[in-house]
Amino acid sequence: MQVSVDRDRCCSSGMCVMNAPAVFEQDDRDSLVMLRQTDVLPEQFDDVILASELCPGRAITVTGDEPARTGA
Amino acid sequence: MTTASTAPVLPVPARHSGGCPFGPPPAYAEAAATGPVTRAELPDGDLCWLVTGFAEVRTVLSDRRFSADIRHPAFPLLIAGARELITDNPDFLRLDDPEHARQRRMLTGEFLVKRVEALRPEIQRIVDGALDRMTAGRTTADLVTDFALPVPSLVICLLLGVPYEDHDRFQSLSRTMLSQESTVEQLREAQEGVLDYLRDLTARKREQPEDDVLSRLAARDDLTPDEAAAMGVLLLVAGHETTASMIALSTALLLEHPEQIPGLADPATLPGAVEELLRLLTIVHTGLPRVALEDVELGGVTVRAGEGVMAMLSTANRDEAVFGGAGHRATDELDLDRDARRHLAFGFGVHQCLGQPLARAELQIALETLFRRLPGLRLAGERGFRTESFIYGMRSLPVTW
Repeated sequence: MQVSVDRDRCCSSGMCVMNAPAVFEQDDRDSLVMLRQTDVLPEQFDDVILASELCPGRAITVTGDEPARTGA
Repeated sequence: MTTASTAPVLPVPARHSGGCPFGPPPAYAEAAATGPVTRAELPDGDLCWLVTGFAEVRTVLSDRRFSADIRHPAFPLLIAGARELITDNPDFLRLDDPEHARQRRMLTGEFLVKRVEALRPEIQRIVDGALDRMTAGRTTADLVTDFALPVPSLVICLLLGVPYEDHDRFQSLSRTMLSQESTVEQLREAQEGVLDYLRDLTARKREQPEDDVLSRLAARDDLTPDEAAAMGVLLLVAGHETTASMIALSTALLLEHPEQIPGLADPATLPGAVEELLRLLTIVHTGLPRVALEDVELGGVTVRAGEGVMAMLSTANRDEAVFGGAGHRATDELDLDRDARRHLAFGFGVHQCLGQPLARAELQIALETLFRRLPGLRLAGERGFRTESFIYGMRSLPVTW
């Protein structure tokens, strides 16, 4: 599973950081979303899907339903 | 089968009479039972759409075909005659992007999750101080005036740089602004009163800046003094009654369900418990107003361009399909074990509450500390609910311990 973010759509609600802090953070300079990683580990699937669903700006896209293979 | 066009027209705002004092006016639940989108009539006599379903509310609040710009001639207003109060420079809550985003982004740095997390010790100190004063030498108190209101008031005053000594003045003006019973003249006076107060304060901050939000706003050259003052009003009002209402209502509701209070004591379950309280108590019962910019199919009806809609957060947050589930109580009952994280208590879309990380931190700390320090807390008189306010809440909550 991969995750991507659209910073133009981000409204800095912080919902992603609250629900999946290992994957998302907020940029100190502009408060917009930043990714800590783009490949999602299986144990992070639920948190990242929830963060995507709860994002009020609909700025988070999740693709693929298989665990990411490093280097694939 | 009832279609939306033939269903009875419900006047909004509906009166809060009868039913559970912790829920929305029963008329809204009845409207929700007839379909996710129904007809309603505003105080000026204009018709609008009452949107009560979870999915439909999310659509209205996140689809840019629905505008939050209060200057639109068909924007739904909940007070008769209030259209004459609308200025050319509304606060950014009532504007669309890009102007909304431009102003909101001036504030987002103040409410970063990590910034709010760093404030927790300070919030804990404020909560402990309020409880120390409430319990010093006495065994009864009004939880609203002695705890629920001072805590968020002290927190937002600290962040904004507003002197807490002035709280009587701006709290009284803010209550008039939020009352459904205010006349247009009273609203005008209160609006001007709060704006004047913030104009003076931001002017002082421009001369003598301190380490606070108003000083940072006052120093910006891309914000006029009036815009800075309007943002200050929005933050001051939004930071007060909302969190105060949630603390008071949560306490009153938990006192009716003492068996669930232990759910607050465990740091692992406290955040989820607060989400459930936010879901069930959703304090904006009258809904969030929007106007359609294009024809939109919504919940089986066509909302035409230029029609107003009210997105009803309270009914959406009681949707059984979303929040129900085996092993859990009905969605109009408190169940601190429920996964309530999908709730819309802070709205949804680009206008979603900017202060939600702060509100969550305040609620978690205030409720955990209150029930830990006063395990014998119980009701000591008749509760009073603030039914006339656009922010539903409590007037009084007599307690003893």
